[in-house]
Amino acid sequence: MAEPAVDLTHAHPHDDHAHHGPEGWRKYLWSTDHKVIAMQYMFTGMFMALVGGFMAYVFRMQLAFPGINVPGFGMVSMGEYNSLVTNHGTIMIFWVAMPVLLAAFGNFLIPLMVGADDMVFPKINRLSFQIFFVSTIVILASLFVEGGGFAGAWTAYPPLSADSTYNLTPLGSTLWVVGVGLEFVAFLLGGINFITTLMNSRAPGMRAFDVPLVVWMIVVASILFMLSVGPLLAGAIMLIFDQTLGTGFFNPATGGDPILWQHLFWFFGHPEVYVVLLPAMGVVIEIIATFARKKVFGYRIVIFTVVATGVLSFFVWAHHQFIAGIDPRMANIFTITTLLISVPIAELCFVYIATLYGGSIRLTTPMLWALAFVAEFLIGGVTGIFLGAAGSDIYFHDTYFVLAHFHYTFFPIAIIGTYAAFTYWFPKMFGKMMDERLGKWHFWLTIIPFNTIFIPLFVLGMGGQHRRISNYSGFSELARDGFQDIRVFATLSLLVMLAAQFIFFYNCWKTWRSGPKAPKNPWKANSLEWTTESPPPHGNWHPDAMPVVYRGPYEFSVPDREDDYWPQNEPPRRGSAP
Amino acid sequence: MGFLESWGHFFDRIGLIRIGSTYAADIDFLIFLVLVVVGAWFLAAEFIFLYFIMKFREKGDGRRADYIDGKNKRHKRWITYPHLAVLAFDVLIIVVSFNVWHKIKMDLPENPDCEIRVTGQQWAWIIQHCGADGELDTADDIYTVDELHVENEKLYHFKLEAKDVLHSFSVPVWRIKQDAIPGRSITGWFQPTVTGTFDLQCTEICGFGHTVMQGQVFVESAEEHAAWVEANTPEEAAAPATDNTPPAG
Ligand code: HEM
Ligand SMILES: [Cu+2]
Ligand SMILES: [Cu+2]
Repeated sequence: MAEPAVDLTHAHPHDDHAHHGPEGWRKYLWSTDHKVIAMQYMFTGMFMALVGGFMAYVFRMQLAFPGINVPGFGMVSMGEYNSLVTNHGTIMIFWVAMPVLLAAFGNFLIPLMVGADDMVFPKINRLSFQIFFVSTIVILASLFVEGGGFAGAWTAYPPLSADSTYNLTPLGSTLWVVGVGLEFVAFLLGGINFITTLMNSRAPGMRAFDVPLVVWMIVVASILFMLSVGPLLAGAIMLIFDQTLGTGFFNPATGGDPILWQHLFWFFGHPEVYVVLLPAMGVVIEIIATFARKKVFGYRIVIFTVVATGVLSFFVWAHHQFIAGIDPRMANIFTITTLLISVPIAELCFVYIATLYGGSIRLTTPMLWALAFVAEFLIGGVTGIFLGAAGSDIYFHDTYFVLAHFHYTFFPIAIIGTYAAFTYWFPKMFGKMMDERLGKWHFWLTIIPFNTIFIPLFVLGMGGQHRRISNYSGFSELARDGFQDIRVFATLSLLVMLAAQFIFFYNCWKTWRSGPKAPKNPWKANSLEWTTESPPPHGNWHPDAMPVVYRGPYEFSVPDREDDYWPQNEPPRRGSAP
Repeated sequence: MGFLESWGHFFDRIGLIRIGSTYAADIDFLIFLVLVVVGAWFLAAEFIFLYFIMKFREKGDGRRADYIDGKNKRHKRWITYPHLAVLAFDVLIIVVSFNVWHKIKMDLPENPDCEIRVTGQQWAWIIQHCGADGELDTADDIYTVDELHVENEKLYHFKLEAKDVLHSFSVPVWRIKQDAIPGRSITGWFQPTVTGTFDLQCTEICGFGHTVMQGQVFVESAEEHAAWVEANTPEEAAAPATDNTPPAG
């Protein structure tokens, strides 16, 4: 694509937006500004993170001190335990990782980074958030209906999920499916915008390979989501029919098949891992390049690798079903594809590490988060090999080894990646500089306890501790003293980590009140969002001053230049090559 | 026991989880192999990563970062070679995993000493033992709830079924795990090697009482097991069946 993309949106003057846009609180309800929608997704997601974190606190307390009256909750019955675990997982993935990383940062960054004044379809964007908001209310409401919230795990395997005589939550389980289904619709709508905006609204001069990697990754993630979610939406509708109309799609007694759901779920569920992983990887590479003052090592390698990973991710789903009763010959095929996917993922990690080589590294708070992402995600990656090999998965399936493994992927993604992005773009989003000292305290007091929570859980998993059990005292091997000490240790670590989050909230509040004003480009980075005001005005740039792009986003430390950065929109000096 | 196989006993030796069946050590060997291979990779990657961070940290001496775009062949090597090595190790792991998987889940050893039927239901395991004649679905079958009685060193076939929802049959010391699915009967095998009482878990969430769906397996010596069979054989079947009791020892 040598020709600069035609930019339709730039043709319109923006002054009229300012006059016709809604005012006051209605501005937030009805705004179509991508930055406002990004904030709506972000704050909803962060609120839900508090809900999901509270649930983790409650069930970890029950595991460490079985039968305790958990402060702030009370006694945890077996049914409540199952429901807490189920909704913790559901919320953390669908209402935290997706809205914050994909929707909030996708919305905030894509138009700003490609030099557009907004998304291509701002009203679809608004509709996307509104549906998401309704889905949030539905899932929260499902916790308080008669019978309690859904308690059949976030994977919702039928027949348990399909029949209330089995799950005992007639309302909760249906609301759960409806909530998740609405959430899917919201993200389908959002994805349309991400893809079309990248394709059609790039600033003049911005070629496909001048687009910052995080934008690429968010768009590839959206494509993966849109391609994988269809079958599951169909499955969700069948599940609702089974629950409410008494059909038997998943009921063997009427000729249905419970395993069908597992295929539909994981055909979506595995790519979904990459849907949340890719935006986080994108955020991290932006930050690493900026603070190492280095060009990304192999920009195109990264894009091709990401696309390869995306394609491969559609062929690994049955590694979640090795022992589910599928034909055992299938396990061979899926072992191969699963181990193969370690190749591109390892490659990405090498690229990230190689980018540090020869850099001039500044350990700011966002950089610490980004580096921690790489260090911790590696643990999640290598432990996946144990589970991808069908032979060892016989033992590890549904143990705490699996649990610790996927928390070593999801926690870096949803929490570490989010904090990296949040602290890095905070100046742009809110126009103030956060306190670095508090930021570092918060960083260390989150990272250390994170490891002391989950490394012990690997050990419990190796010892045979299975998942979704509210009390291990009935299992002689698992009720050993040593094991109970480990559980207590993990829970105490969690308490430290949760307490440390107050440092973060205090830092935000303090910065909001009295933080120093942020300049346009506090980190001396190159991509376009740093060329406008902090925070950017409605329309992002003055309509007469929309950016024009001359080079890629990672031209750091170019020899023979005085500055060690080179903004994408800075016109080349006459006579010199761009 | 060869040097290599002895590593299959690593997790047993450090007291984490006992080896209680003929294939437990195969699984543990695979786990140990993966641990060594990816552990080495992991440590190398983390080491290089931390080393780069320290070495290339800005020290205020005005040194600028290098300009490397990674397009150069000489630089790309640093990605290509490790990447091929990852592929090679993947192949190694795949081969060993295939062997383990085939042994446990695909090749059913013939002529079992006894067949059992395990049925999961909310929230208990119903177990049908073969009884003294070694055959399932005969008059001398012994039914129990949440208790599986087996004789040490004998080869067992099981049929795994479920009445209502999914359950999963798991005995950690045997490294056995298999989901039970309503409407299907799944066949598998195990051969215990250590006597004692061990946990029998349900590892698939099955509703309200999933936590209390806990059972035990009793691996007994030949005499103990014969005594248990005798004491529990249903009355109508007791007389003819005792003749078939395998000889003690
Ligand atoms: C705040 C720190 C967190 C802690 C201490 C924590 C702890 C746990 C524990 C102990 C379980 C298993 C409970 C059981 O099986 O009995 C669990 C389940 C789960 N967690 Fe987390 N978690 C945390 C954060 C997250 C995050 C950030 C995500 C994803 C973005 C996540 C996703 C899940 C999922 C998907 C499950 C499985 C739910 C199920 O079994 O249906 N968790 N968590
Ligand atoms: Cu997967
Ligand atoms: Cu169960």
